[in-house]
Amino acid sequence: MSEFRYAVNVLPKPGILDPQGRAVELSLPHLNVTNVSRVRVGRRAELTVTADSEAEARQVVESLAKELLSNPLIEAYAIELLEATSSTDSTKTTLA
Amino acid sequence: MKVGVVTFPGSNSDVDALNALSVAGVDPITLWHESPDLQGVSAVILPGGFAYGDYLRAGVIARFSPVMRGVSEFAAAGGHVLGICNGFQVLAEAGLVPGALLRNRSLRFACRMVAIKPERLDSPFTRAATGRPIHIPIAHGEGCYYADEATLDELERDGQVLFRYVRGDGTPALDPDDPANPNGSLRAIAGVCNAAGNVAGLMPHPERMSESILGSDDGMQLIRSLVESAMEWEAAGRPASAKAAAAVEARR
Repeated sequence: MSEFRYAVNVLPKPGILDPQGRAVELSLPHLNVTNVSRVRVGRRAELTVTADSEAEARQVVESLAKELLSNPLIEAYAIELLEATSSTDSTKTTLA
Repeated sequence: MKVGVVTFPGSNSDVDALNALSVAGVDPITLWHESPDLQGVSAVILPGGFAYGDYLRAGVIARFSPVMRGVSEFAAAGGHVLGICNGFQVLAEAGLVPGALLRNRSLRFACRMVAIKPERLDSPFTRAATGRPIHIPIAHGEGCYYADEATLDELERDGQVLFRYVRGDGTPALDPDDPANPNGSLRAIAGVCNAAGNVAGLMPHPERMSESILGSDDGMQLIRSLVESAMEWEAAGRPASAKAAAAVEARR
């Protein structure tokens, strides 16, 4: 068994009103920033899955991302593998 | 006849809903979120509040609670379910009603009186309504109704839009920036029902305007509609609506 650490990044889909992103954008002039646009604010979850393989672990993350961590009607998600730890030889691969 | 009100951790309008049901003359009972057993109730209200702290997204954690298994089965069997405010958010997350509730366009928590108008008076949730604007309060941060354009067209075509926010002259506040549209809802939608017509959700709180001592009993039009529909359903021997079962089955 190995442990796989993932990040799931969730953002409002293009075209969906993102009032948080808009509020951040509206604050930019107060910071004298004029060359930043198209701000979108989302959410990030990190989690560890214990599984035999990365493919198996990724399946679990995919279904969680779809069912729980995002609402597919309004949000898109992207999955990142951060770290894989094999419990047999305790080698640790940090990917990000 | 018993009508159940679900209490999730963080529900805060459950007692108001129980009271409104007493005013309507039925036995209100509390349904605890940890049990899928609906105790033989004839209808269910999912009340307002902040179920499970509204963490992640409003309503999403509640969607996976044991009681929602019972509620889904009840809905599939043709029973009437009304979600109010947070209850609407839970139903939307569960896919029992179409669409999603986004953060209010203003980014502000909106807590004030609004006017909504029933789109039709032949639905189980509006049958006791007068058809005039109903003045009841809202209290939510995520009430901006969203569905894609094709879905919105479909909902309008199939009569699934039950309530819209209206202006003083009774016309819908279609512009999302109209002050009479308190959260920026698309097409001024305040409440919708599923395709089978037995599950509905709305953001405003009818149960908080249930007695004249509270300022008005305008909201009782909707509570009485639910109670009448539940009574009729019981009197008919709990007919399983094939349409309702198919709609819930399609979600699985």
